[in-house]
Amino acid sequence: MEPIRKHSGLVYPLNRDNIDTDQIIPKQFLKRISRQGFGQFLFFNWRFESDGTPREDFSLNDPTYKEASILVSGENFGCGSSREHAPWALQDYGFKVIIASSFADIFYNNCTKNGILPVKLTDEETQMLIDRSESGPYTITVDLENKCVYGSDDFKATFDLPDYQREMLLNGWDEIAVTLTHDEKIEQFELQRQT
Amino acid sequence: MGKPKTIIEKIWEKHIVHQEEGKPDLLYIDLHLVHEVTSPQAFEGLRMKGRTVRRPDRTFATMDHNVPTIHRNVIKDQVSKTQMDTLKNNCEEFNVPLADIHHPDQGIVHVIGPELGLTQPGKTIVCGDSHTSTHGAFGALAFGIGTSEVEHVLATQTLWQAKPKTLNVKVNGELGTGVTAKDLILAIIGKYGVRFGTGYVIEYTGEAIRSLSMEGRMTICNMSIEAGARAGLISPDDTTVEFLRGKRHAPQGEAFVTAATEWKSLATDEGATYDAIVEINADEVEPQVTWGTNPSMCIPISASIPSPEDAKTANGKDEIKRALEYMGLEANQPISTVSIEHVFIGSCTNSRLSDLRRASEIIKGRKVNPAVTAIVVPGSHSVKAAAEKEGIDVIFKQAGFEWREAGCSMCLAMNDDVVPPGERCASTSNRNFEGRQGTGARTHLVSPEMAAAAAIEGHFVDVRKLGVPTT
Repeated sequence: MEPIRKHSGLVYPLNRDNIDTDQIIPKQFLKRISRQGFGQFLFFNWRFESDGTPREDFSLNDPTYKEASILVSGENFGCGSSREHAPWALQDYGFKVIIASSFADIFYNNCTKNGILPVKLTDEETQMLIDRSESGPYTITVDLENKCVYGSDDFKATFDLPDYQREMLLNGWDEIAVTLTHDEKIEQFELQRQT
Repeated sequence: MGKPKTIIEKIWEKHIVHQEEGKPDLLYIDLHLVHEVTSPQAFEGLRMKGRTVRRPDRTFATMDHNVPTIHRNVIKDQVSKTQMDTLKNNCEEFNVPLADIHHPDQGIVHVIGPELGLTQPGKTIVCGDSHTSTHGAFGALAFGIGTSEVEHVLATQTLWQAKPKTLNVKVNGELGTGVTAKDLILAIIGKYGVRFGTGYVIEYTGEAIRSLSMEGRMTICNMSIEAGARAGLISPDDTTVEFLRGKRHAPQGEAFVTAATEWKSLATDEGATYDAIVEINADEVEPQVTWGTNPSMCIPISASIPSPEDAKTANGKDEIKRALEYMGLEANQPISTVSIEHVFIGSCTNSRLSDLRRASEIIKGRKVNPAVTAIVVPGSHSVKAAAEKEGIDVIFKQAGFEWREAGCSMCLAMNDDVVPPGERCASTSNRNFEGRQGTGARTHLVSPEMAAAAAIEGHFVDVRKLGVPTT
């Protein structure tokens, strides 16, 4: 996976709570057997009419956010199904950082396994980012090394994430390779349980 | 005597392979269930790195998410077929046991695990599916994972996991006649919301939980994820032990007696404490119906649909407004006046033999409303066979239900079992998200009994008015 240390990009605000992974990527697109190409289906039912034309009432279709790489949302982002197709779709579309007031557990994990940085900020902070990016193009920088977010204006916030996941993201490690360095311990564990 | 512990702590401690300051624990996984939708990329990952499946004997695969429930001999959907063929090839290549679409053990992964006795108390169980929490009913620590983690478990039989916080959901009193485990879990989520369990593993305790059958307990634990909790479990007792007796993969003979003692010793100790606790009184729970687009948007059958004004926050008001719009409903409308076009009885929440049996008791001697299309999709091939042996299929068919083959079916509509746009379905499944049962489809979650009653009346109705069997 690609390491992520620091990212500057345009903010796309999606001011809703409880966005579930069925909305991020609807079930009809889960039949592919590769990890690539899911971006075209991101938020499909919100983005497109049934005849495939872009829906004007969905803000991701607003040209202002065409180059956005940081999505900001409300509480419980990514709830529901464990489908990793959700972070794959977000990433393939071009999002590198997801900021939310809170995340669903499985989705949060899935992001960190794919080099997407999930950033949890307070309600006030996410609201501030949403307000500013809704009123026009707004760029921020997310610095994972220093665990902080700052805007092109006076916005500044800090965030936390577990050290282990931070290291993984900073280094882009292959987690399985790391685990396999403990192979002997796994074997020992299995042997002990047999007796 | 050491410090009293919860079952969650006991299972956790028994599975730590490696512990290191500043890192999550490396946890051993006893059972890995695999299905066709979330596994292809994981097997491909192994192949690309030249890795193998460490313990095929602790891995079990089936096809459930996109299998058709009729005309199974010729799969028309080529993309689905490719996904099923891919699983078959992967299982062959990596030696993983597979119950494929034609196998007598085939079924929804969370129905067949318990049925085969693969699911056992004290095990750590994972699957690339969020409803893996179902297996917690047995006092197992079971949770859903993403595809990268599926690959990790295939390769190492372990996962890096931070020790979760513990949450006790205490259910006092007893459920009334005609009120089911489904109504209880919906009422819990209705009361506390879709994220009160985030970051926690739930243990369900209390009289009402103890009185539930294993099927009822599975329904409860299944929907833990709808409360935000990756896992929810119930301490094992005699009900658990009796369910597992004689199951194919459960210990047999003397070994079963030893195992049963060990299983029961996992139960949470008297005086153990949790990080948080919430309570609900089962006596006050009525049959529930969801009206909106997440499982917490649920009300008793006697109630009316809420209005945006009832929400406290701006986002909350907006959420209700959008849900009403999507669902085509009016604020303050009694839920019992809402008519439906579809009924789906099935899914990993409510497709077990007792679910079908109870629904059939409501259906018996009655007819499905002419405006309603109703299907029953048994959770597994075995459930279907057992139901047919009891004549349950005949009751459903005579009433006008379609009787299908096993799979996830209309719960997520990855196969052809789709609710058309704008149409309304009373569904025994677990998610009423937008588009879940089909683009533009409107889902109302209910118990099997309430689904059966709605099928007959053509609108939601308190099943207790139709006369609920007391046994």
